[in-house]
Amino acid sequence: MRKFRHIEEKFFRVLMFLSTSIIVISLSVIIFSILHKGLPSLSWEMISQTPKGGFYFGKEGGILNAIVGSLYLAIASTILALIIGLPVALMMNVHLVKYKKLVDSIRFFLDLLWGVPSIVYGAFGFSVMIYFGLKTSLLAGILTVTLFIIPIMVRAMDEVLKTIPRGLMETAMSLGSTSSEISYRIYLRQVISGLITAVLLSFGRAIGDAASVLFTTGYTDHIPTALNQPTATLPLAIFFQLSSPIPEVQNRAYASALILTIIILFISILSRIFSQKYQKNRIKN
Amino acid sequence: MEDRTKIKIKDLNLSIGKQKILKDINLEIPEKKITVILGPSGCGKTTLLKSLNRLTDLYPDMRVSGNIMIDNVDILHTNEDITLLRQKMGLLSQRPYPLPMNIYNNVAFGLRISGRKKKRYLDKRVEHYLKMANLWDEVKDRLKDPASALSIGQQQRLCLARGLAVDPDIILADEPTSALDPISSEAIEKKFVELKQQYTIVMVTHVLRQARRIADYVVFMYLGEIIEQGTASEVFDNPKQDMTKQYLKGSFN
Amino acid sequence: MIIGLVIVILLPFILGIGLYIKSILLLEDQSLFQLLFSGDWRPLSGKFGFLPFIISSVWVTTIALMIAGPICLLTAVHLTQYAKPWVLKLMQPVIDILAGIPSVIFGVWGILVIVPFISDYLAPFLGKQTSGYSIIAGAIVLAVMVIPFILNILIEVFKTLPDELKEASLSLGATKWQTIKLVLLRKAFPGVISAFGLGVSRAFGETIAVLMVVGNVASIPKGLFQPGYPLPALIANNYGEMLSIPLYDSALMLAALVLFVVVMLFNMGSRFAISRLEEKV
Repeated sequence: MRKFRHIEEKFFRVLMFLSTSIIVISLSVIIFSILHKGLPSLSWEMISQTPKGGFYFGKEGGILNAIVGSLYLAIASTILALIIGLPVALMMNVHLVKYKKLVDSIRFFLDLLWGVPSIVYGAFGFSVMIYFGLKTSLLAGILTVTLFIIPIMVRAMDEVLKTIPRGLMETAMSLGSTSSEISYRIYLRQVISGLITAVLLSFGRAIGDAASVLFTTGYTDHIPTALNQPTATLPLAIFFQLSSPIPEVQNRAYASALILTIIILFISILSRIFSQKYQKNRIKN
Repeated sequence: MEDRTKIKIKDLNLSIGKQKILKDINLEIPEKKITVILGPSGCGKTTLLKSLNRLTDLYPDMRVSGNIMIDNVDILHTNEDITLLRQKMGLLSQRPYPLPMNIYNNVAFGLRISGRKKKRYLDKRVEHYLKMANLWDEVKDRLKDPASALSIGQQQRLCLARGLAVDPDIILADEPTSALDPISSEAIEKKFVELKQQYTIVMVTHVLRQARRIADYVVFMYLGEIIEQGTASEVFDNPKQDMTKQYLKGSFN
Repeated sequence: MIIGLVIVILLPFILGIGLYIKSILLLEDQSLFQLLFSGDWRPLSGKFGFLPFIISSVWVTTIALMIAGPICLLTAVHLTQYAKPWVLKLMQPVIDILAGIPSVIFGVWGILVIVPFISDYLAPFLGKQTSGYSIIAGAIVLAVMVIPFILNILIEVFKTLPDELKEASLSLGATKWQTIKLVLLRKAFPGVISAFGLGVSRAFGETIAVLMVVGNVASIPKGLFQPGYPLPALIANNYGEMLSIPLYDSALMLAALVLFVVVMLFNMGSRFAISRLEEKV
């Protein structure tokens, strides 16, 4: 009996260690396989040119169209979501702070929205576009992605703002009181690094999602010069070009995958730096 | 007649990182008496109590040195099974934490995990210990209800029954009445006085009046050190240290 | 401010209603029951039986959870109960990075690693033949995708358990593992179920990565090594043609609506359970 329970514990500890290792190994294999395929395909030509002779058949050219398109799309929708989202998050934690039930139900809604798959946003955006007789375009993509990342942005900001003590908020609102100015500054610094983390998180989602832009932005070989033109994006560049039978085209997909991964890793490191700043400045109450 | 020593602590030091929680603790705890550890909050009382049954093992950044002899076995440096050591001590914490199961199983838990599983035996034991904790009459018709359905006072008595069921020699109690109403508190205090016939009781508290009511021996701690120790009458009626005098007058708290 | 707030609160309803309006055309033509439980998918002759897609979705999601669930549970227990604090600190960025990797990258990884692994090693080992593009490939890729998501919730759940509960059990003579098995897991049970529920809702709607490795054949899958065709993949693959075939667009929007409703239900149920758990602790 006594022996058995120790053997059982050993057994599960081995399983636990294996599970943790599986997670680490999976991440390593993912990054390794992207590097392994992507690095040989990556060249100056690849990132400085648009595809030549059609993205699906042409063997020449690069993925500049997708890089620029993705940046346009992600930056624009992040800014839009910030414009809509920040006031909502502030409102929940400043003006509505007394109505706990209401704020809690808003949180519940946001959490639900966060869980809606991006393909549903895509399908919805598409049916709205058809209703208004619009064609696939950068603008339609931006709007769809904005809807998709608003809940993420608001909820992430809300988590940051929630930690601010109420008294401080009130002084900040009434302004002018010098005695708490120092602590106000400390909090401001803390909140700002937290908010930046939230923005970066949303940006990462915006640039990486494929299903929401699949219906709405279309795809093209060119860099868009206006909002009503279709746009290539990195996720779709990977998705479409990987399915091509031509190795040179597939290489463009691998290069795109590498670029996208690098962008995501970069964002991830940035937000880690900011969130550590946020944790460090955070005053425990 | 001198009381027999049950627990003997020698040069116990405990620190978390660079912070020292307990400093050179030397203490003898007599058998079958109530020893009360007094002191303002944050003085290391609870930590001292937890080191007695090595719950300090749970916190990997805690460093412990010195000796704790229980029945002449040094529990900090023994090869004996730690789970057997812990079964010699029942623990009662500040708030009751009933296990997430029904009333019956809460009491039977300790018996089951040490391999006693016969139903008739368990039934008898559960009844016996619930009676001992003065809870039987209130719960005998609803033993299958979740323990969380009981009132806080009942839960604390359930935790006592649960602790007694593993047949310990020692009861460790960490401010066991701090979350309870006055009536439940009194019930627990009375129970303790009754239980000292069979058990060595070590209780942490910062309620001075409670200590006066039930203590046989008193240990006064401040900032991780023992300031004064002795029988209740020595410490309460004739304290030797200034700090103890001040504390008894109520200038801490 | 108000406008933003209104958008946020109305968005779930707008999404649901928008999709419903689009799918009404098909629903007027055929009954919902018939659509959901018929396996006959021939859009050109106006036959829209969703059963193959629903079954594929259920298969892929269930198996993904069967893989990810135990791994997450064991890892969460390991990180919160056994591992040294620095291990948790080291694992946090690993989990975060895994959570941030875009779906399409998981898809590329699936094609490069998982699909060949299944066709060249796993299937022959079990005496089966397959191209690798199969239900099991989709499930494995999906499992790795939902792991960081479920794991983060589980770690939070285990962190909310009071230390005193652990101490109570240990002081009764339980070993650490007995404490975990008999006390902590039982206390955390509602939280664990919610985490899995949220995992299901995440997995059920996942599109691109699954689409890339699952094979996409519109018939009811007969085994794990057969290709499948989950609902999100159906929508994503056919948006191009849907305007040229009558009722096709309506059918795809109905698929999106089904997806939306299922995901919402799982989400609501799990969040409700979690909020009740938080009240109790």
